[in-house]
Amino acid sequence: MNFKHDIVIVGAGLAGLRAAVECVEEADVAVVSKVLPTRSHSGAAQGGITASIGNEEEDHWEWHMFDTVKGSDYLADQDAVEIMVKDAPRVIYELEHMGVPFSRNKDGKIAQRNFGGHTSEYGKKPVKRACYASDRTGRVVLDTLYDQCLRHRVKFYQEHYVLSLVFEDKKCAGLITYDLSSGELNLIEARAVLLATGGCGRIFKTTSNGFASTGDGLNLAHRAGIPLMDMEFVQFHPTGLYPLGILVSEAARGEGGILRNSLGERFMERYAPTVKDLAARDVVSRAILTEVREGRSFEGGYVHLDLTHLGEKKIIERLWEITSFVRIYLGIDPVYEPIPVYPTCHYLMGGIPTDTDGRVLQDESDAIAQGLYAAGECACVSVHGANRLGCNSLLDTLVFGRRCGMAMKADISKIEHQPVSDEPLEKAKEMLAGLLYHKGYEKIDVVRRNMQSLMMDYCSVFRDEEGLKKELESIRSLKMRFNDVEIVDKGKNFNYELMEAIELGHQLDLAEVILLSALYRKESRGAHFREDFPVRDDTNFLKHTLVFKGQEVRYKPVVITRFQPEARVY
Amino acid sequence: MILKFRIFRYDPEKDDAPYYQSFEIEADPKDRILDCLNRIRAEKDPTLSFRMSCGHGVCGSDGMRINGTSSLACQKLAKDFKESEEVLIEPLQVFRVIKDLVVDMDPFFERYYSVKPYLITRTPPPDTERLQSVEEHRKFEDAIRCILCACCTASCPVNQDKATAGYIGPAALVRAFRYLFDSRDEGREERIALLDNKDGAWGCQTRWMCTKVCPKEIPVTKEIFEIKKRILESKKGKK
Repeated sequence: MNFKHDIVIVGAGLAGLRAAVECVEEADVAVVSKVLPTRSHSGAAQGGITASIGNEEEDHWEWHMFDTVKGSDYLADQDAVEIMVKDAPRVIYELEHMGVPFSRNKDGKIAQRNFGGHTSEYGKKPVKRACYASDRTGRVVLDTLYDQCLRHRVKFYQEHYVLSLVFEDKKCAGLITYDLSSGELNLIEARAVLLATGGCGRIFKTTSNGFASTGDGLNLAHRAGIPLMDMEFVQFHPTGLYPLGILVSEAARGEGGILRNSLGERFMERYAPTVKDLAARDVVSRAILTEVREGRSFEGGYVHLDLTHLGEKKIIERLWEITSFVRIYLGIDPVYEPIPVYPTCHYLMGGIPTDTDGRVLQDESDAIAQGLYAAGECACVSVHGANRLGCNSLLDTLVFGRRCGMAMKADISKIEHQPVSDEPLEKAKEMLAGLLYHKGYEKIDVVRRNMQSLMMDYCSVFRDEEGLKKELESIRSLKMRFNDVEIVDKGKNFNYELMEAIELGHQLDLAEVILLSALYRKESRGAHFREDFPVRDDTNFLKHTLVFKGQEVRYKPVVITRFQPEARVY
Repeated sequence: MILKFRIFRYDPEKDDAPYYQSFEIEADPKDRILDCLNRIRAEKDPTLSFRMSCGHGVCGSDGMRINGTSSLACQKLAKDFKESEEVLIEPLQVFRVIKDLVVDMDPFFERYYSVKPYLITRTPPPDTERLQSVEEHRKFEDAIRCILCACCTASCPVNQDKATAGYIGPAALVRAFRYLFDSRDEGREERIALLDNKDGAWGCQTRWMCTKVCPKEIPVTKEIFEIKKRILESKKGKK
């Protein structure tokens, strides 16, 4: 089937839905999602959204900006960060007006709490900046935006999987989708295409990410010739539930939770004397794994997150969801017992390079890829640089999702639908037939588990040249094995095996891009820690990595406006 | 531990009728049932279809019947079934089966939408947030835990009975409750008009199944009762 819309948005998470809400009144908008709406991974965000609205104590956007830049280890583009933090209070009030059920303080205002790396007076002490709805903030914002989309009659192509982006005359003119419920291929023509497909945590063995976070959108852009930026920066959240990797929100520490090693020591005092357990995530993750390496962890390699001193009332009121996870999965009650935690792959700082209006940039000269936009985790504006601060990701999706919507609205008046040839559809058919009818013998699950273990062993919190080189070779041989993958299910009705095979192809490509980016960055910055180059090197590496199709690695400068790089101590 | 599964299978593309298939797998007691189903796909039969997304009870994708009770496969652990001879896995009731454990959720979302699941306001908002006290917020706080997994609606005897299948169901009513009792909402009259009928709040026969199965521990039946009470109060007020 052929369809035609002004704007097609891929991904029904926060960035995609916020963009849809922005342009639906003035344009014909459709959202394509491989899962049902409200199942997107944004819904798993727990802790909150940062904004310097100062409901609990004095706060200023300049402080928020400083923290974000420092948190990024000075790799974030400061013009973009300034736009984001200045817009944050408006975002919060807008959500409140839409109906988001924020938790309240005793004055009836939106309650705010502490989060890692967020401070007052440029690092002096922690500040309450995160606006929240218990520990289900992402879910309630997602529900609210979905309801707004329904109300405004946004068209949803749900359980449609995007196979490729269509380019005609160097402009993005639409996409090819695979309808999971029928096995049919569709061409959806568009004047503007927004990729809002989230992250790729599922490349790693231990992750907080949902099954759908396979990085499809990132690699669709890459295959179409768009470089990927700063892909070496993959965030490991310090407190994944051991051994599942499920997120235990930083809100637990924001509310007063304490990390302890097997000796009962509050070890963060040694690593971050000023803010302790509320240091940035990269710092805390390294601290935990250092404790593990030095033999001060529990058997199996985890530490304790202790909430027992907070009392049942506060725990149930503010941390209901994580309390429930811990009870269900570990049979432990966090009111009385500490929670076993260890770092889990959580967020991709890098992604598809965009300008501050979500327009995709196709090289280091910032030339725009016509008709293509990106927002949310799959985009790299860059506001998170080398390490994202907690609660800045929802803010990113809402600020830049909206700006992207505004840019698309404005741009489509200048963009006509491009006539699309039969070629993209034919190519997609060939690709599917190749996968389905190729006589293979490799199993998807085996290749995938291999990749996930390799990424965990050699490319997670600690990295070095030897390991990265070895892994790059292994991933390349896995890619060869992937060519011989067998798909047993030949059916057209919810053939998840076929979708997973395509996802795995994306994951392997992205693993290679991450490894290359990590190998070439011979310094340590934010989430990228090289044991063979343990120090930040601003002389040689204060720059963004760009990996082009064909694995060419190039760089572009960082935008520095207000804050010059300085030593990063918490 | 060894776990035996008996799983509902149906692919209208090739099967004349549904059937049950048995599998036996090695499971860690702490494995989620969802992990077990994925292992069956990886090791035994990749054609088995079911939905999943977050894997920890937040997205609401993997609602299914496990030993007869509507549950999330990611919230149940292998050890919970160590006494069971076999674990019976079937699709949610009430909804049409598309394939295996995948059911048609469109009617569910249509009914959900019919209760106007959004804040209705007439007064223009202030420059900052609208105020709401902690107590006002607490009134509907349980309801915002709803993840639209449909376990409640699928288990409701009223929804299961063909004669009363027009009932909008507990999930839609939980969302209606959430807005009806939100102090910021100004749409009380139109909401009550939507709910005051036999397929609305009055469809509920207080059978408690929704409350029993809710994976997020929402007091569903109680909230529906509160809606009924509010409908009566508003009628009384008019007289």
